[in-house]
Amino acid sequence: MGLDVRLPVGLMFTIMGALLLAYGVFGDHAIYARSLDINVNVIWGSVLLVTGVIFLVLTARGRSAGEARRG
Amino acid sequence: MSLTWLDWLLMLVYFASVLGVGVALKKRTTTSAAFFQAGRAIPAWVCGLAFISANLGAQEIIGMAASGAKYGISTSHFYWIGAIPAMVFLGVFMMPFYYGSRARSVPEYLRLRFDEKTRGFNAISFALMTLFSSGISMYAMAKLLQILHIFDAPFAALGLGPQYIFHVCVVSSAIIVLVYVLLGGLSSAIYNEVLQFFLIVAGFLPLVYLGLRDAGGWPGIVATVPTSLTHAWRGFGSAATSPMGVDGLGMAMGLGFVLSFGYWCTDFLVVQRAMAADSMTAARRTPLIAAFPKMLFPFLVILPGLIAMSVHGGVIPVKLHEGTNAMVLDALGRPQLDYDMAIPTLLLRYFPTGMLGLGLTALLASFMSGMAGNVTAFNTVWTYDIYQAYLRPKASDAHYLWIGRMATVFGIAASVLTAYVAAQFNNIMDVLQLVFAFVNAPLLATFLLGMFWKRATGHGAFTGLVAGTAAAALHHGLTLPAGAIAGVKGGWIAAVSAYPSEMAQNFWTAIDAFTVCLLVTAAVSLVTKPRPDGELAGLVYSLTERPRDAGLVWYKRPAVLGVIVLAATAMLNLVFF
Repeated sequence: MGLDVRLPVGLMFTIMGALLLAYGVFGDHAIYARSLDINVNVIWGSVLLVTGVIFLVLTARGRSAGEARRG
Repeated sequence: MSLTWLDWLLMLVYFASVLGVGVALKKRTTTSAAFFQAGRAIPAWVCGLAFISANLGAQEIIGMAASGAKYGISTSHFYWIGAIPAMVFLGVFMMPFYYGSRARSVPEYLRLRFDEKTRGFNAISFALMTLFSSGISMYAMAKLLQILHIFDAPFAALGLGPQYIFHVCVVSSAIIVLVYVLLGGLSSAIYNEVLQFFLIVAGFLPLVYLGLRDAGGWPGIVATVPTSLTHAWRGFGSAATSPMGVDGLGMAMGLGFVLSFGYWCTDFLVVQRAMAADSMTAARRTPLIAAFPKMLFPFLVILPGLIAMSVHGGVIPVKLHEGTNAMVLDALGRPQLDYDMAIPTLLLRYFPTGMLGLGLTALLASFMSGMAGNVTAFNTVWTYDIYQAYLRPKASDAHYLWIGRMATVFGIAASVLTAYVAAQFNNIMDVLQLVFAFVNAPLLATFLLGMFWKRATGHGAFTGLVAGTAAAALHHGLTLPAGAIAGVKGGWIAAVSAYPSEMAQNFWTAIDAFTVCLLVTAAVSLVTKPRPDGELAGLVYSLTERPRDAGLVWYKRPAVLGVIVLAATAMLNLVFF
């Protein structure tokens, strides 16, 4: 059984999503003039965070399913 | 616009992720089969995403957006005509021979099917081509990041002039790819390609959304750009009226058949991903799974080009001469636009700090996936098809593993060198098409005859390949696109005839090479001795048992997936007709 690729993808998206979301909430809001007054950091950060967490959940489920099969 | 700590942090997270994958795979990479073939143990969906991601290098993202701005939605022909049908053909018809023959590379299949010289010819030309592409990719990235001026401030703070941006970009991206490929070999490249695939989508999707919103949606684009840019097939009745200078027939034959099948069905860079799959059906599903996202990619990479032409009267900057900063003018004296800047301009325009970091990281990811794809294909072909075949046939597995790692170092060093040489070309896509035309276009004829005509012989294949490549060079040397100067653009023997565009010339060069290779291979095969049927089992269609798909669920059957993909692609063509 090789490395489950969903693990690094999940980790990367979770961290990136959390960073963007936090900056979008707490950072300066004037910077969103360029993005047509949409707080893209909050919106896209949340999307990435949720995607990342889903990937991590899938990794964990894949791992326990693999153990169940073996054991 | 300048970068903040957040943008740097996001880039750092990406670097840590790709290097982490390499480190995690290091322990498993102890044999040459693990290093070069990923142990043939990768699930189909992972191979599928790696399959398109390896192709999604710098030339793809930047070049396609550039083409989108220049030629409009017709650029999607590179996907809908120039990729999807070939990917379906590879999965349904050709994969059984590549995977089933247990060949470790595409050149090795040629040795099994034909002979040593055919393989040698292919291995050497392919190895050179990968180094060339990888260098171009690196050059494009570094140049782009330099012109963006986004790194000027941090470099100035370190006391370095802007010219150092180019050097640092080339060297640092080379080192990162080097480290993760050295550690985990093909598995590492494939897993990272999947990661890069998701990152590229995550970085560019919001860009397209913001751009479309600003442009007033698709209707807004249609209202602001010339009509020829928003219709995929308008004007293709003749070469004179078509935006690309190619008529429908040249398009279908040149791009849709010779160039696309030549690339997708025989280029080891992509085929290697499918050959790493964990079973025959997984290998056959790989290009078909890849076809679904590929079909939708025009919206991600071509649309930004159109958006950049549409919003605020067009935001693509004028191309400047290097050094003098004078405007580059076309044959009619009008300033030329720097189309390659379409995506970067939009990134800087719409993305605030944070998203800007993500977008730049996505751009970097695309460059790295392309480079790693080339490097893994290069080290495999070098080690198995050149070193093991001709230099040291009977060494230990550990020795070949070591040679593979050395080839990785050498390949990347040679790419860096190429990057510095590749400085004089305008539209990267056209140059690459030219190289593919010389090397790949005749190759398709060799594979088609090899796989589907048992009478084809080694002598025939070799003579055909040489004749086809020579025909391509000759055709290129005798023709010139309108407005170009004889030299690298063609006409270096004598400019006997002219084409309306560089693309038209490339397509017809490819068609020419393919036809010559097909005829010469067939003719020579008929007068040389064929191999006995027994030796060709598993290598030729008529002597190979058909793969049985009846036991599979419908959505896992290659033929069913192929039909769905083709139908959906036909729909897209109609929608944007």
